[in-house]
Amino acid sequence: MAESQERIAEIAARMTTQTPQAAALGVELISASPVIFKVPWREDLVGDPDTGVIAGGAVTTVLDHACGLAIHVASPDTWGGPTLDLRIDYMRPAAPRAAIFAEAHCYKVGRTIAFVRASAYDVEIGDPIATAQGAFALNPRPAK
Amino acid sequence: MSEAAPALEAFLKRVPYIQFLGMQAELAGDEMTATLPFSPRLIGNPALPALHGGVLGAFMELTALAQLSVLQQSHRVHKTIDITIEYLRPGRPQTTYARADVRKVGRRIANVHVEAWQEARGQPVAALRGHFLLPDS
Repeated sequence: MAESQERIAEIAARMTTQTPQAAALGVELISASPVIFKVPWREDLVGDPDTGVIAGGAVTTVLDHACGLAIHVASPDTWGGPTLDLRIDYMRPAAPRAAIFAEAHCYKVGRTIAFVRASAYDVEIGDPIATAQGAFALNPRPAK
Repeated sequence: MSEAAPALEAFLKRVPYIQFLGMQAELAGDEMTATLPFSPRLIGNPALPALHGGVLGAFMELTALAQLSVLQQSHRVHKTIDITIEYLRPGRPQTTYARADVRKVGRRIANVHVEAWQEARGQPVAALRGHFLLPDS
């Protein structure tokens, strides 16, 4: 168990600082259990200059990223593979100049597929700006 | 038609996140092709390496929004209602292309399909289906 915790912490840190696109977005790890990432507001991430709201694409990326880590947390012995599909519903615009949080839960790990739900919000998770649901392929952990 | 090219150019210039990704787009008649040149910062999996799945999703969503701005000859950004992204192959560290097919424009909502590919159009790396809110006219 301690080994799992260490492994999760290591993967979470790697996904935050050593994944080029996460670093470019400025992704910060808030928590690994549950998985919560934050994207601070930045001028160059704005998707609609009329409102100053962060682009939907940046929300997509942080949701996908959170789903990936949630699979590791739910099943430390499997290697998360590629995203098969991801569906995102945009409930409402985020507040102008607001940071975005993404929280993900892996609710089923099968032999070959993991199923994940995630929400993005600016103030609280009960009032999401977007929700996501995805299926991810799993790769068996290679023998040591 | 003559208004389409300026509408696209204005759209590409106005959205800061398009510059963040480095996305470009060109019109050939009424057909638009979006291009995402490779940049190391777009990588999501350094081990493969592969483009971040979110980047491919973002690129295809922006392709749909750009195509809608051409169609509506408007520089305003349409609101995304929902998107479904299907990943077919890993996005390799090279240029990605995308084209949008506007399947239906209703009074308030448009349905758009997008496909992204790299070396061969017949071997897409990802696809997107989405609904977008049209501005009140």
